[in-house]
Amino acid sequence: MKIFKFGLSLVLAIATFYALNTKLGSLPPLGKFLSPNQGVWQNEITESDSHPEINLKGLTAPVTVKYDEHLIPHVFAENKKDLYRAQGYITAQHRLWQMEFQTHAAAGRLSEIVGEVALNYDRTERRRGMVYGAEQKLKNWETDQEVIDYVDAYADGVNQYINSLKPSDFPVEYKLLDYSPEEWTRKKTALLLMYMTKMLAGEDSDLEYTNFLKKYGKERFDLLYPDFFDANDPVIPAETDWSIMENAIQTPIPDSEMPLDYVKETIEKPNPNNGSNNWAVSPEKSYSGNAILANDPHLGLNLPSIWFAMQLSTPEQNTFGVTLPGALGIVIGFNEHIAWGMTNATRDVIDWYKIEFEDQTNSHYKYDNAWKATTKRLEEIKIRGKETFLDTVTYTHHGPVTYDASFKGNGEKIGYAMRWTGHLGGQNQRTLLDLNTSKNYDDYKNAIKSFVAPAQNVIFASTEGDIALWIQGKFPNKWKGQGKFLMDGSNPEHDWQSYIPQEHNAHTKNPERGFVSSANQHPVDESYPYYVFNDGYETYRNRVINNFFRSKDKFDIQDFKDLHNNNFNLQASELLPFMIPVVEKAELSSFEQEMLNKVKSWKYNNDIDEVGPTIWQSWYNTLVDITWDEIENDSLALEYPFKYQTIYLLKNSPNDKFMDIVETPEVESANDLFLIAFKEAAQKLKELENKNGTLDWGNSKATYIGHLLQALPAFSRFDLPIGGFYSIVNATAKNHGPSWRMIVEMTSPPTALGVYPGGQSGNPGSKFYDDMVDTWASGNYFKLNFMQEKNQTDGIIFSQTLNPSNE
Amino acid sequence: MNKNAKNFVFTLILAYVLSLYLPWWSVMLAGLISGFVIPLKKGAVFFVPFLAIALLWIVQSYMLSNTNDFILAKKIATLLMLKGNTTLLLLVTGLVGGLASGISGILGKQCYLLKK
Repeated sequence: MKIFKFGLSLVLAIATFYALNTKLGSLPPLGKFLSPNQGVWQNEITESDSHPEINLKGLTAPVTVKYDEHLIPHVFAENKKDLYRAQGYITAQHRLWQMEFQTHAAAGRLSEIVGEVALNYDRTERRRGMVYGAEQKLKNWETDQEVIDYVDAYADGVNQYINSLKPSDFPVEYKLLDYSPEEWTRKKTALLLMYMTKMLAGEDSDLEYTNFLKKYGKERFDLLYPDFFDANDPVIPAETDWSIMENAIQTPIPDSEMPLDYVKETIEKPNPNNGSNNWAVSPEKSYSGNAILANDPHLGLNLPSIWFAMQLSTPEQNTFGVTLPGALGIVIGFNEHIAWGMTNATRDVIDWYKIEFEDQTNSHYKYDNAWKATTKRLEEIKIRGKETFLDTVTYTHHGPVTYDASFKGNGEKIGYAMRWTGHLGGQNQRTLLDLNTSKNYDDYKNAIKSFVAPAQNVIFASTEGDIALWIQGKFPNKWKGQGKFLMDGSNPEHDWQSYIPQEHNAHTKNPERGFVSSANQHPVDESYPYYVFNDGYETYRNRVINNFFRSKDKFDIQDFKDLHNNNFNLQASELLPFMIPVVEKAELSSFEQEMLNKVKSWKYNNDIDEVGPTIWQSWYNTLVDITWDEIENDSLALEYPFKYQTIYLLKNSPNDKFMDIVETPEVESANDLFLIAFKEAAQKLKELENKNGTLDWGNSKATYIGHLLQALPAFSRFDLPIGGFYSIVNATAKNHGPSWRMIVEMTSPPTALGVYPGGQSGNPGSKFYDDMVDTWASGNYFKLNFMQEKNQTDGIIFSQTLNPSNE
Repeated sequence: MNKNAKNFVFTLILAYVLSLYLPWWSVMLAGLISGFVIPLKKGAVFFVPFLAIALLWIVQSYMLSNTNDFILAKKIATLLMLKGNTTLLLLVTGLVGGLASGISGILGKQCYLLKK
């Protein structure tokens, strides 16, 4: 009996230990998680209590770090290697979990953390060649000893931080998911840049377009997806003289057949709305005679924020701005001489090739009338709580065969290979470091030369009074139409034949109009001597921005703020006047009449207290769905035409066959669609009003910032009172928008404002986790404290000193 | 001091000291040792170490969180479906620690009986 009772209590104790020490389903291991000595209670910390003296091996001199009231570290080092070692340490100190999570995401390793639910995602990332691309980057970096030394110093800084942690110090997310941080490597920095490359240059619709072409023919395709819209206000001013490119040779069109395949399912793509605004005015157009520059990159709104603000200073440089945790230097910012910013160039840099394999082993593929050998990469995808999944990805000279018999393909012996500038490597990290130290236009021009992908509209302003914009990336020199559709992977003529010479990348310096700007629109007009395919260029924000700068002679900081916060809905203003008269003639219920009256009196501003934008958006969304019902209801992968072209067709081809709703016996025209959509939208609006008690835009849009881990509600911010929407200069949608807003006036030293929807701390337990959110939502900024010397105490809340140590 | 009070104080102090060097299960170890060294009777075998650790964890957690305005506690209380109620979170914390210690207290008592 004694033994039995003992045995029973032993089993009970072991079971209790197991239950409280193990992650069960989505529940964290409760004993570990809630214990005051090891669990989340240890994360109940605001950083101002951080230790003032830290030993950091490998430093050559002490590094001073001053934190201002927003927890922005101002780092003062004696040389660059110390600077980047300190940057690694400090970034990890505030954003460790995010740094690792994002690089795991890039490497297709999320299944390791969250289990089998992420397997399809992980396979897609591996098959996209994300790890391969990071390795290509590293190969390039390794030819540049200086850069690799800095990257290694940064990694060492991160690792010294990781090694200083006890499990009780791990960030909350590790405790929640019950795992530990691993060593940081130079490859992780490369993976982070791949993460951004995919986010910004990972979009294409070639296979969807191929499906459309095969189904509807070329004439219909050209109507719906034109190379140029009839309204084009390009990044590089239309009046630009291209004569310096007179030796430009566009690749001639080969005389050959294109494969026309149907593809049912394509891989997941980044949000097509990832984009940005930037603009700068020349001294002549500035109220003060100093050039002024602004930038706001539009990305998914997450916590911790994608950006981390820092000042990085040595005796030779003094740079301030935001960086991506995991990357070295400042990505968007300014120093004492220049300011720079980025928007996405949105060029078509992904093409697809049909691959014909010799047999089912995928070891050879047809190329130039012979069988060419493939290489294979074994991708081991570890899955939490399950056996490792092995995936073999075949590589051709084009790139990885993403689709094959084992993954979303078209059966045996057929594959679709991806050709992507993201796999070319490039010296992006070198570009960022050189921009950080650039002193003038020539430095900037040299710095960006080696930047390959994701192609960016890199805007520039200097204290010398220059403004400029280069569309920088490595661009294949395509024949007219190349890469819109699936190509023949066996035909050498279908390969990318050459690249546009870097000096022929479209650019402008000190244009006559006195301003430069970009908003992901078409880079050029038709006179540019190379072929540029319209892969979903923006057509609204750019026109609002450029019209604003054409509207008067001088601009001040308030004008810049107003433009960032501009909620004018140009898109609605171009279509609503055609829709309203149709509905006015129809018989309406009293609620419908009310909706019509409200949208009629709307002045096209997407402000939070307006009802008009809610009605418009519901009406427009319904309209688009019933216009493109042919596309929506097709089992093939297809894509809606661009917004601008949809509206163009509704206005200019009201009786086109596409206007007909296929499932109804009647033949509809655009006017019929306006009314049908209005009535359907009114029903949805009625439901929305019943649910929310209001139809105002702020509540209807309900902008939120979601935690990186599937927007865990506890760590996210909801219902932020901010206006705007996609295609509006204030591009704040539901969970997407300006992820950093910066305005820099090129005084000496520059004077800058900035804000982002988040906070410097990655710790949900810190008051600095989301302390900038409300300021951001209200359209305000913080003055950036650009310290000129390290002993300044003004606005500093605490300091840390990193001391060299040998142990 | 009666045995219950002795066990209570001993468990509490032992758990505190062990927790400085060992992970969360230090409270299980403390319950086990004190159950063995100061054996109790009936329900007290479980409830005395339970209360000792519940108190320890609640007080420690409260002190850690109080200095930071319960910023994280509110979020964890949302995460664990406690509607953001930090008092409930403290009680759950006490319950979890107490349960671990109480059950190992039973084991300690059984070890004592086995040896006798």
